[in-house]
Amino acid sequence: MKIGPYLKQLLFRWKSDGTGPLRLGQRRIFIFPSRGGLLFALALVVMLLGAINYNLALGHALVFLLAGLGIVGMIHTFRNLFGLIITPGRCDPVFAGETAFFQLSLDNDRQSPRLALELAADVDLPVSAAVASLGKTRVRVPLQAHRRGWLTLPPVRLTTRYPLGLFTAWSYLQPEMRCLVYPQPVTAPMPTASASQRGDNLHGDGGQEDFSGFRERQPADSPRHVAWKASARHAGEGPLLIKEFAGGMQSEQVFDWQNTAPGVSDEVRLGMLAGGILAAEAAGNPYGLRLPNLSLPPERGDRHCRRCLEALALFPE
Amino acid sequence: MSTRADQALERQASPWLFASAVATAAPHVSHQAYWLSALSLLLLLWAVRLWWKDERLPGRWLLILLVVAGCAGILIEFRTLFGRDAGVAMLVVFMAMKLLELKSRRDAMVVVVLGYFLLLTHYLYSQSIPTGIWLLFALWLLTTTLIRLHGGPSNTGGASLRYAARLCLQAIPFMLVLYLLFPRISGPLWGLPSDAHAGMTGLSDSMSPGSISRLAQSADIAFRARFIDAPPAKHKLYWRGPVLENFDGTTWRPHTGQGAAAALDRMSPPVRYELTLEAHNQRWILALDAPVSLPEGIFLNAALAATQRQPVTERQRFALAASLDYRFNADEDPQTLQRNLSIPAQANPKTRALALGWRQTGLRPEEIIRKAQDLFAAEFTYTLQPPLLGPNGIDEFLFVTRRGFCEHYAGAFVFLMRAAGIPARVVTGYQGGELNPLDGHLVVRQSDAHAWAEVWLEGRGWLRVDPTASVSPARIETGIVDALAFGEPLPALVQLRADWLRNLRYRWEAVNNAWNQHILGYDPQRQRELLSRLGLPDTDWRSLATLMGIVCGILLAATTAWTLYQRPRIDPALRLWHKALRQLARRQVHCAPWETPMALAQRVREQHPELGEAFQNVVDAYLRVRYGDANDNLTPLRDAVARFEQ
Repeated sequence: MKIGPYLKQLLFRWKSDGTGPLRLGQRRIFIFPSRGGLLFALALVVMLLGAINYNLALGHALVFLLAGLGIVGMIHTFRNLFGLIITPGRCDPVFAGETAFFQLSLDNDRQSPRLALELAADVDLPVSAAVASLGKTRVRVPLQAHRRGWLTLPPVRLTTRYPLGLFTAWSYLQPEMRCLVYPQPVTAPMPTASASQRGDNLHGDGGQEDFSGFRERQPADSPRHVAWKASARHAGEGPLLIKEFAGGMQSEQVFDWQNTAPGVSDEVRLGMLAGGILAAEAAGNPYGLRLPNLSLPPERGDRHCRRCLEALALFPE
Repeated sequence: MSTRADQALERQASPWLFASAVATAAPHVSHQAYWLSALSLLLLLWAVRLWWKDERLPGRWLLILLVVAGCAGILIEFRTLFGRDAGVAMLVVFMAMKLLELKSRRDAMVVVVLGYFLLLTHYLYSQSIPTGIWLLFALWLLTTTLIRLHGGPSNTGGASLRYAARLCLQAIPFMLVLYLLFPRISGPLWGLPSDAHAGMTGLSDSMSPGSISRLAQSADIAFRARFIDAPPAKHKLYWRGPVLENFDGTTWRPHTGQGAAAALDRMSPPVRYELTLEAHNQRWILALDAPVSLPEGIFLNAALAATQRQPVTERQRFALAASLDYRFNADEDPQTLQRNLSIPAQANPKTRALALGWRQTGLRPEEIIRKAQDLFAAEFTYTLQPPLLGPNGIDEFLFVTRRGFCEHYAGAFVFLMRAAGIPARVVTGYQGGELNPLDGHLVVRQSDAHAWAEVWLEGRGWLRVDPTASVSPARIETGIVDALAFGEPLPALVQLRADWLRNLRYRWEAVNNAWNQHILGYDPQRQRELLSRLGLPDTDWRSLATLMGIVCGILLAATTAWTLYQRPRIDPALRLWHKALRQLARRQVHCAPWETPMALAQRVREQHPELGEAFQNVVDAYLRVRYGDANDNLTPLRDAVARFEQ
């Protein structure tokens, strides 16, 4: 057992904050002098010695006023986080290698604005935010998605130095959020052994060359194929119409785990499948997916695409 | 060296830093070498220009070169890099140079902390009320700059100013507690640099023609006195400084050896008073003649001058008492008398001849003194602008120019007496003073500086003779303003003749005095007094520190609670609505959390028909305020609620 995480767990009692709104109380806000604060304190000590040495009454007053300012600054830095309400939002799936954005909503139920908040799930990717008085702000916390599968949001460090920069107040948030990471697509020529060439026996589906007529839109149809002008003639009362094309190469592919080169690693194989799916979706061809544990019949459309990618992301579950 | 994006300095923060630098360094211009101020200003303008044009900041080597050049200049100017003036000059130059190095927020932080530090250095030169106010303003500006630096892009200047003011105001209670309770140590902790107390005005320990008239042209306050007993008449107020016995032809100097202790017979009841002496960097205390009771650490020397071991380098308070009529050293030691008869052999032959003539006609000493006073009273002029005198200065003064200030009269008189065989010496100090009717303090200024003579007569001891009184009685009776002709170079502040201006001055000086006494004069002794008045006698630093810790802790808790748990202001319409609901609750109708006002009104109409209409009015008015076009006009709602409550 690693000692570091254990200690953190012990000290900060990290546990998931769930999916509901979370209000920052005083127990989870930590505060410590910042580097600037230490410089300030050092200056104060030197100034106090100077004031004593030269017997400067106003020098004493100045040093004490600055000390008071430091204390008040500490309280206000603390206040900048205290009572902030954080609500987890949504997180759109990304491909491995991309940056996932976890949306958090920050609510301020106080009259004074909260400025210069900094959130970071990853130390190198901080994002700053400010919440107006009685306002609400959405922040997207970036996190590098390295591997496919579920990417759970690690503790997010919420930091602030506002107003004086003499103290750093921070808190760790751990809302229960995860992001689905699809495999990184590999654009390799897909072995299409299992792809069935069906020519134009399936009338009107997938061809893109000769216009052959309209049909009613099915939920799976891409918005790209909607015949907006024709649909508008019915003044919005009739269903949306889809342009149908005849002729051309109607190809329906099934991407099969078995057909990917067995010599390469599983991740590359999944990536090749993802690349094929994306290419087929872009071309508007129907496609299916066959994995050792699941099989999806050929179809097309955003939802189907997402389902396929999700299956790949979560393989072999 | 690259800076992280989130650490980089925002462009709009720079003007605040420039303004802070100017505000904190500007007051030093008045006492700094001109080239230093010019250099700092140039550096600042350069930094502003670079910022304005958004150009690259100068490279590191150029900056190092500048620092070396600046230090070299300071070294040449002050012959040292340490000490008060050189240290302040270094800080100012560094501040200006740091402005050329503003890359990250950390650099800006250094500028602000340096600015706070620079504020302290002003107090080395002045702790007056205007300085205090200016520095408070600079502190506010610096704090605003800090907020501006850390507030991010959505922060505005106006909001930062307001926030900074709030923070400073909240810091004031802490300041007061610390100021009163921090265990005070009377400094210095280590040796002060030699220039630490440079530039103080006051009497010097020698007198030559022109030295006192120069001093008299300053309106600076020398000391203040508050009489506990009835204040004596003005012409009796002789505040004794150094006594000068040795004369070399032009300059009078004090005798340096030890003498016998002063023997003093009091001939009038003591007058008690408190003296607040401004720093003059000399060891003598300007006690009222003749001092009879002295606080610890102060002793009388053989010539009746009160002195202490250390120079007075800061404002000090003494509780003293004086006996205005006295007999002093009736049995003077012969050596001292001999010393007070000696005059340079060759100089001033005419004066010597005159005095010798008096002596040979067989006049008694008292008659000789009378004769000399008559001489001065006859045809001499009292002026701040006497003509320059040559090597036989006293001859020239007595027989040719006949114009002089008190040092001329005192010097010539003592010379005459010594030549006539009467032991005599010069006493310098201050005469008179001005009573401020507002706070009852007698204010004695440098313009009240004076010199008089003391002669020793057999059986009567040392007697004060003020030859100036013969020339210009007004000087002693009412003060220097009435004694001098119009057009003499007296400071304007002293000359004020209009009543309202004089009143204004009294007021200002009373405020200043209160400031000096109560704020600047808060020392370990006052701290002990205050604490014993609060019922805490015999405090040492440990109990003080504990007390300070406890009070600060309470204050911290109070400020925290006040800051963190401020209740949001309830909207007034909602408050009225709640009032109506409370009224309903008294009739056992409770509004459920999910119930809308309309639904509640419906229910009230069904359950309590007698209330129905009145409550419906309340609901209508409330909904109009909430969602209608009432434009925050609460009167109908207030009326409806009032009617409902009846």
